[in-house]
Amino acid sequence: MTAVRDVDVLVVGAGPAGLAAAARLAAAGAGRIEVLERERRAGGVPRHCAHGGFGTLARPLTGPTPARPLTGPALARLLTDAAVRAGAAVRTGVTALDWAGPLALATVGPHGHETLRARAVVLATGARERPRAARLVPGTRPAGVYTTGELQQAVHLYRQPVGARAVVVGAEDVAHAAVETLRAAGTDVVALVTDRPRAPMAPLRAADARLRRGIPLLTRTTVTELLGHGRPTGVRVRRDDGRTAVLPCDTVVFTGDFVPEPELARRGGIALDAATRGPAVDGRLRTSRPGVFAVGSVLHAVESAATAVREGAHAAAAVRDLLAGAAGWPDGVPVTVEPPLRRITPNRVAPGDTLPHLLRTASPVTGRAALHIAQDGRLLHRRRLRPGTAVPHRTLRLPADWTARVDPRGGPVRVWLA
Amino acid sequence: MTVTARGPLPRAPYDVAVVGAGVVGCAVARELARHPDLRVALVEATDDVGQGTSKANTAILHTGFDAAPGSLEARLVREGARRLAVYAAESGIPVEPVGALLVAWNEEQRAALPRLAKKAGRNGCHDTRLIGPGELYAREPHLGPGALGALHVPGESIVCPWTTTLAYATQAVRNGVDLHLDCRVTRVRRHGGERGEHGGQGEHVLGTTRGELRARFLVNAAGLHADTLDRELGHRDFTVTPRRGQLIVFDKFARDLVRHILLPVPTALGKGVLVAPTVYGNVLLGPTAEDLPDKRATGSSAEGLALLRAQGRRILPALLQEEVTAVYAGLRAATEHDDYRVTAHPGQAYVTVGGIRSTGLTASLALAAHVTGLLAEIGLEPGPVREVEPVRMPNLGEAFPRPHQRPDLIAADPEYGTLVCHCERVSRGEIRDALAATIPPRSPDGLRRRTRARAGRCQGFHCGAAVRALFEEAAASREPANVHRREATA
Ligand SMILES: Cc1cc2nc3c(=O)[nH]c(=O)nc-3n(C[C@H](O)[C@H](O)[C@H](O)COP(=O)(O)OP(=O)(O)OC[C@H]3O[C@@H](n4cnc5c(N)ncnc54)[C@H](O)[C@@H]3O)c2cc1C
Ligand SMILES: Cc1cc2nc3c(=O)[nH]c(=O)nc-3n(C[C@H](O)[C@H](O)[C@H](O)COP(=O)(O)OP(=O)(O)OC[C@H]3O[C@@H](n4cnc5c(N)ncnc54)[C@H](O)[C@@H]3O)c2cc1C
Repeated sequence: MTAVRDVDVLVVGAGPAGLAAAARLAAAGAGRIEVLERERRAGGVPRHCAHGGFGTLARPLTGPTPARPLTGPALARLLTDAAVRAGAAVRTGVTALDWAGPLALATVGPHGHETLRARAVVLATGARERPRAARLVPGTRPAGVYTTGELQQAVHLYRQPVGARAVVVGAEDVAHAAVETLRAAGTDVVALVTDRPRAPMAPLRAADARLRRGIPLLTRTTVTELLGHGRPTGVRVRRDDGRTAVLPCDTVVFTGDFVPEPELARRGGIALDAATRGPAVDGRLRTSRPGVFAVGSVLHAVESAATAVREGAHAAAAVRDLLAGAAGWPDGVPVTVEPPLRRITPNRVAPGDTLPHLLRTASPVTGRAALHIAQDGRLLHRRRLRPGTAVPHRTLRLPADWTARVDPRGGPVRVWLA
Repeated sequence: MTVTARGPLPRAPYDVAVVGAGVVGCAVARELARHPDLRVALVEATDDVGQGTSKANTAILHTGFDAAPGSLEARLVREGARRLAVYAAESGIPVEPVGALLVAWNEEQRAALPRLAKKAGRNGCHDTRLIGPGELYAREPHLGPGALGALHVPGESIVCPWTTTLAYATQAVRNGVDLHLDCRVTRVRRHGGERGEHGGQGEHVLGTTRGELRARFLVNAAGLHADTLDRELGHRDFTVTPRRGQLIVFDKFARDLVRHILLPVPTALGKGVLVAPTVYGNVLLGPTAEDLPDKRATGSSAEGLALLRAQGRRILPALLQEEVTAVYAGLRAATEHDDYRVTAHPGQAYVTVGGIRSTGLTASLALAAHVTGLLAEIGLEPGPVREVEPVRMPNLGEAFPRPHQRPDLIAADPEYGTLVCHCERVSRGEIRDALAATIPPRSPDGLRRRTRARAGRCQGFHCGAAVRALFEEAAASREPANVHRREATA
């Protein structure tokens, strides 16, 4: 018989989102809070993001004076320490395998099997980049083909040698992180390759890569084949005008193209959102299963770690309400987006909601665009966007100041750009 | 126990040298290992066993229901399937007897089913059954619309091809066979002339990338290169034209979409594209069939993948909604002949095992028995037979308990509860065991085939670096010099 143990709140995943939720809950005295983390160390993806890029996110944790911009590992440590100090149990090396009841999870770790029963479960299982095969890039199957996540771990956590010349596929901000990691490993970057017409990264970064680092950026270009047995010898690329070329390299890094890791959500039959492919949640980050919440990258692969932390804290409040006996689950009506908008989270909305919605567009919208929000033919809200902000690599943040106008008994809310 | 990957080869002549450590060569070596008096070498060009076609197929344990009745292939597939089923159960090789459905999508195909059932009967497969659309859709609710019926072949199974080859090789090595890796045979000479001329004392001198190796008898199990080796011995019996088969492996979330192996009705153009579960809990879609001149063309192509996806969309529309976990391609050793080319050359003390195209995994144990018989016929005196100690292979299949699911194992050794590869739930204990096994992997890919580490949906995003670190640590402690070289060129 597998041992069974009861806790108040079980958090799955000790990334920024899970740790933030646990810290808040423990600090608020919400009972026994336990965080399960399958890796040997807590912290999630930031553990291996050795470059900056995490702003002064930890300000609320470190005190009023903003610290220097944080590195990922520093953030991972800060968030872990904060959760532990607040009284949460952060258990590393323990995997949540599957559901063992409506609010119970079967786990395994070096100490064996254990079923944990909780009054609330928070899924914070994160996201990953899609690897080469999932992108259906044809060719041979050499070693030396990475995602940024694997590359960062290889270089920053294990000091493994990488290669001499790398092609980086993708040109979003995460590609920039890949370039920095490659440089740390002593690997030359042959080119950044993107099918987009221009670099989908902050203009400063693009200019930096091109001018200071001398890295060519090949736009409107796709990788059509990987070449080489054992080790890559190059990648074949094609421009959208039909021209092809071979870029010689011994390393290829596939960056971006994030997908959530909703395995537990799917195993539990929790409703997924078609656009995000993560669990669908309401404005309080509640999934379709009573008692189960979801936060962070598993909802929207990916946004910044700051967003994940904010969601963790937001869900903590909702969890406390549940533990205090709040009813009505889940709340509100569905929110859907229309092209070129690609996704929105939360995926439901109710009058009392306060968490801003996060949106992404699939293609850039030029000129003066505005977000339009309507329900049953009734315009609820119209919000101008600053020019140049409706671009694929940026999050569109829609504050929740309009949600009071939502009719909780009405039809779905539609959001579009015009 | 001898496994070498560098340095000089033993000078003393072997009784038998088997060239090629694919599933066929390993099966032959294992069969020969049952004779303790024989000195046997298994010689492989690459750094691992089963790294040719044997690692990249559709992993079906065929009944042989659609083979050409009366052919050698028909007999060996039928017999091999029976033997392998027993061997797998004894060795812990995962097999799932899911059965196959040959699905008819038009009238012509439906009309062909009774003929196929009859042919199956002539191949000794008497339990096939025609089923109508009602039962077909009850059995496969996610099948695309428009299927008219099917032939149910309950005897078809799925198997783990990597464990099968490794089990044979492990058992062979544990029972005295010398396995020489990274050892490509480049030429063959015969000393002492024809067999019989000098009282049967002639021997083969194999020129290899690691120097010379001598053997009285030679078995050519070189797969795609069997014709090249055959020419070294003066034969022009057949030419291998690789027939590429590309395959797509879908995410484990797709596993619930399909219960049987879904076969197309064979046409003159080949066996066509199938959808099949794998013992690892994925779903396979493929293979293509493309004749190519290049024996190294194991890459995938945009056209191939597009074709497979179009076919898959028809067979199992929901499959295409799932993520792709892996894409690979294998090369069938097709020849101008319809049957296997297994030939004994008595004057040369030599047996060719050629043209083992698309059923060699299934037929392997029967092929091994057949080849051993031929060797005896041309003068090999195998000496006494013993029953070799069974091997117990680590289980990679989802239908049987994996180590992380076994409280007894974890209680005895917490390393089995420490997961490293999360998508495939591979523990550090399993990785450690594989790295210390009789035939340890010499590359992270070899480790993947032994444990499934980094074979899952993230393809290493989460665990790739950790798995590589474990691999390199073990490799460094085993062969420090070798690893150094590897890193320097990496
Ligand atoms: C390569 C890369 C670079 C990035 N760079 C930046 C950057 O510079 N700045 C920035 O702000 N953001 C960056 N991000 C995004 C940032 O990492 C995410 O916003 C943040 O990590 C999300 O936190 P999370 O807690 O939702 O998920 P994660 O950080 O992914 O954590 C999820 C955790 O859950 C664990 N887990 C999953 N399933 C289970 C289970 N079944 N049992 C136990 N544990 C489980 C995982 O092991 C993991 O530790 C980057 C992302 C990537 C992939
Ligand atoms: C797409 C596809 C699907 C298939 N599906 C199935 C199936 O479902 N069921 C089934 O039973 N069969 C299937 N097969 C067939 C099966 O995989 C093969 O018949 C079998 O693997 C052949 O094994 P082998 O040992 O003859 O060849 P290989 O596995 O190719 O082994 C030959 C070995 O010889 C070595 N070698 C070559 N030349 C030399 C040399 N000069 N010196 C030293 N070593 C050398 C090679 O490196 C290689 O390791 C399929 C094949 C393909 C391509």
